Amino acid sequence: MVTGTAGRAQAAGGAEADTKLEAELRRLAGTVPDPELPVLTLEELGVIRGVRLLGPGSVEVRLTPTYTGCPAIEAMTSDIEQVLHDHGMTTVSVVKVLAPAWSTDDISAEGRRKLAEFGIAPPRHHAADEPVPLTLSVRCPHCGSTETELLSRFSSTACKALRRCVSCREPFDHFKEL
Amino acid sequence: MTATPTTHATAPTTSATAADPAVNATAALALGDDALVLSHRLGEWAGHAPVLEEEVALANIALDLLGQARVLLSLVGDEDELAFLREERSFRNLQLVEQPNGDFACTIARQFYFSVHQHLLYRQLAAGDGPFAGLAGKAVKEVAYHQDHAEHWIVRLGDGTAESHERMQRACDALWRFTGEMFQPVDGLEVDPMALEALWLERVTEVLERATLTVPSGARTGAWAAGAGRQGLHTESFGRMLAEMQHLHRSHPGASW
Repeated sequence: MVTGTAGRAQAAGGAEADTKLEAELRRLAGTVPDPELPVLTLEELGVIRGVRLLGPGSVEVRLTPTYTGCPAIEAMTSDIEQVLHDHGMTTVSVVKVLAPAWSTDDISAEGRRKLAEFGIAPPRHHAADEPVPLTLSVRCPHCGSTETELLSRFSSTACKALRRCVSCREPFDHFKEL
Repeated sequence: MTATPTTHATAPTTSATAADPAVNATAALALGDDALVLSHRLGEWAGHAPVLEEEVALANIALDLLGQARVLLSLVGDEDELAFLREERSFRNLQLVEQPNGDFACTIARQFYFSVHQHLLYRQLAAGDGPFAGLAGKAVKEVAYHQDHAEHWIVRLGDGTAESHERMQRACDALWRFTGEMFQPVDGLEVDPMALEALWLERVTEVLERATLTVPSGARTGAWAAGAGRQGLHTESFGRMLAEMQHLHRSHPGASW
């Protein structure tokens, strides 16, 4: 009886420690900066789908790409591996998951604020069943004007569109809705 | 992954593995080759596009397609071997996507026909629960931008100057005979090709009319139409495209950056 209880308590204590460690590893993986938009962390970008301990010193991180062909995913993978190795994990496996598909709605409020501060207009929230929203105005991250126009649906990286402010004439990137 | 920290970028493993028995290799190759070949054709515009914004746009679309191709080909086997070591007759892409870039109107007509089709197809696949639902659910959102891009150009060039109108019409006419192949049934793709074709025709007609263009009247099926890419028969220029695409990998096997 006594041993049983102690055993259960120990197991529960172990599980609790594991959960705590998983949370800590997730936090660490989440602090990795996006290689293309270093003002954002992976947590703010919303691409980390889960962190799971597979055994002592062995962890699996589930990562979702913003775009199917996003080349940054390889740099993200090696950066996550590095951070978790530094935290004592000997085996880090980063698994790419596609479903459910990432959406710009997964970018946190803090992430949106940082994007605007960095000079990139943050994505608007999605209207349901509207794959390419074009009607709502995008605010210029430089002067705040809503008088802006689309120059190209595609820009320096897969996730951005190129716009121009009609008021201050500055071109700027817009994190386009996906 | 490795037990020691690495300094170079490592590719993440994908949750859907090559051993997945639910994946139909015929279907994965067909969709993967479409994406790969069109991606390469669009990449040929790098350094040649009419304006910088278009250069960036075509390269971005090519990148999206390449990402889709990598996922799809990895369902069948080693993506590099499949892309770089197969002979022409083993490729299963549509003849439409291998057609040379031609002038900008030809590239846009090809983009238009294909992206309308791909968007409809992926939307259906995403709604199901088959082996391509995950990828399709992701890619359909990217392809929506490709379609939007192509349709804007169709309208701008068709309803533009006399010269742009004539060249856009000529390009749409020239590629028309390759469009029937998109609606041949593919083993392992759980979609209704006839329903897909009706929706495609409806959209294409609507956009061409908006662009003041005439819906081409030539044959899309039968003896005078083109299209046996799914059976491994390709048009003349495809061999030259493959030679360029594959030569680096074949000349320097196992090389890395």
